Amino acid sequence: MNGAISAQTIPALRRGIRRHYDATREQNVLLCPERVILLDDIGNSIIELCDGERSIAAISLALAERYAEDPAQVEADVTSFVQELSDKGLVTV
Amino acid sequence: MIAELTHRCPLQCPYCSNPLDLLKAADEKPTDFWAALITEAAQLGVLQIHFSGGEPTARRDLPALIAHATALGIYTNLITSAVLLDEAKLGELARAGLAHVQISIQGANAESADRIGNYRNGHEKKLAIARLVPALGMSLTINAVVHRQNLHELPEMIELAASLGADRLEIAHVQYHGWALRNRAALMPTREALRQADAVVAEQREKRRGSMAIDYVIPDYYADTPKICMGGWGQKLLIVAPDGRVLPCHAAETIPHLAFQHAGAHPLREIWETGPAFTAFRGTGWMREPCASCAFKELDFGGCRCQALALSGDARATDPACHRAPDHENLQHIAADEAGSGITSFHYRRYAHS
Repeated sequence: MNGAISAQTIPALRRGIRRHYDATREQNVLLCPERVILLDDIGNSIIELCDGERSIAAISLALAERYAEDPAQVEADVTSFVQELSDKGLVTV
Repeated sequence: MIAELTHRCPLQCPYCSNPLDLLKAADEKPTDFWAALITEAAQLGVLQIHFSGGEPTARRDLPALIAHATALGIYTNLITSAVLLDEAKLGELARAGLAHVQISIQGANAESADRIGNYRNGHEKKLAIARLVPALGMSLTINAVVHRQNLHELPEMIELAASLGADRLEIAHVQYHGWALRNRAALMPTREALRQADAVVAEQREKRRGSMAIDYVIPDYYADTPKICMGGWGQKLLIVAPDGRVLPCHAAETIPHLAFQHAGAHPLREIWETGPAFTAFRGTGWMREPCASCAFKELDFGGCRCQALALSGDARATDPACHRAPDHENLQHIAADEAGSGITSFHYRRYAHS
């Protein structure tokens, strides 16, 4: 099976997927084929860092510092969010 | 928003979602109409436009319209048969900002697919174009429409989509409206074949997880509950026909007495918010029993109005796909009878007088 991820995984938005600020709904969204995913601030911050260069560990560390949260908890949250996006075919890992 | 730029199409698929009465080139709207509509759509909050048809690449202004939508921050999808495209034209669409290309296939091999689309060498052309899409940085969806005459090819179609580099595969059982309703006896699968297909999809979904997403649309005739149609009537989607009429769904014009307004003649916001076609079945206020007191009424919003009309003779009737509908058993009988009909010839999608 494809798509199992770890702290060393380097996620990137899949081709054709775009992050967009929607002025009408005053919200960040992920624009994907046939669907729109509304992003909360955390989700938006994670996707912003899915640049194909940073690992999940690096993304988690950056966010833990930014929000002054427990790094282990942040890494668990980031991992499950990226896994979900990967399963939906929106992020490559 | 679905922009049906034209009804012209080189293919003649017998399950086309276009109406039986196809609009001609002379009925189509010019570039400035579509450009103004796209601007209005952006102001209304439309996030995605699906350029569709007919075959949208038959319009020479397609790259300009995609560029216009992209400049307004709208995500653009192209729903295409791909047979009119070549490498240069596809490159032009990519440079205009096109994000997602959805290419239909009619079967797993040329012999089967070209018979169903009634277009020689169409299958090979589609494959050649599909292979170019990922390299140009666009998302590729393969849309495999399945029915009795190609359902046995499903495993090969899935393999084919993966070999083309598809990000996403949509396996759609034919929905019986318009042309597909006319060809229903030639298309209806047996319950047993459907069960096998369900199992194939479940297994392949798991196998391809993370590499190719698989979406699956099941046929209403074998369902026990109605599908939410278009995300709820007048709630998520609007369709603009080639002549500029704004419709809540592809088959809405089969419903008599529904009045469709023309974009350009009224503000798009007004058509969407208070237009008679969009308010006719929006929400749950139009419902009668058993729908009005149903616990699921805000989950499926009563399913499909066009199907209720076509099969029960009343657009306000309970969707016969629902097990609570008086016509539900009848629907199952139709499915079983027609699946065993042995009919293989099609009424191909054509203009009435050509």
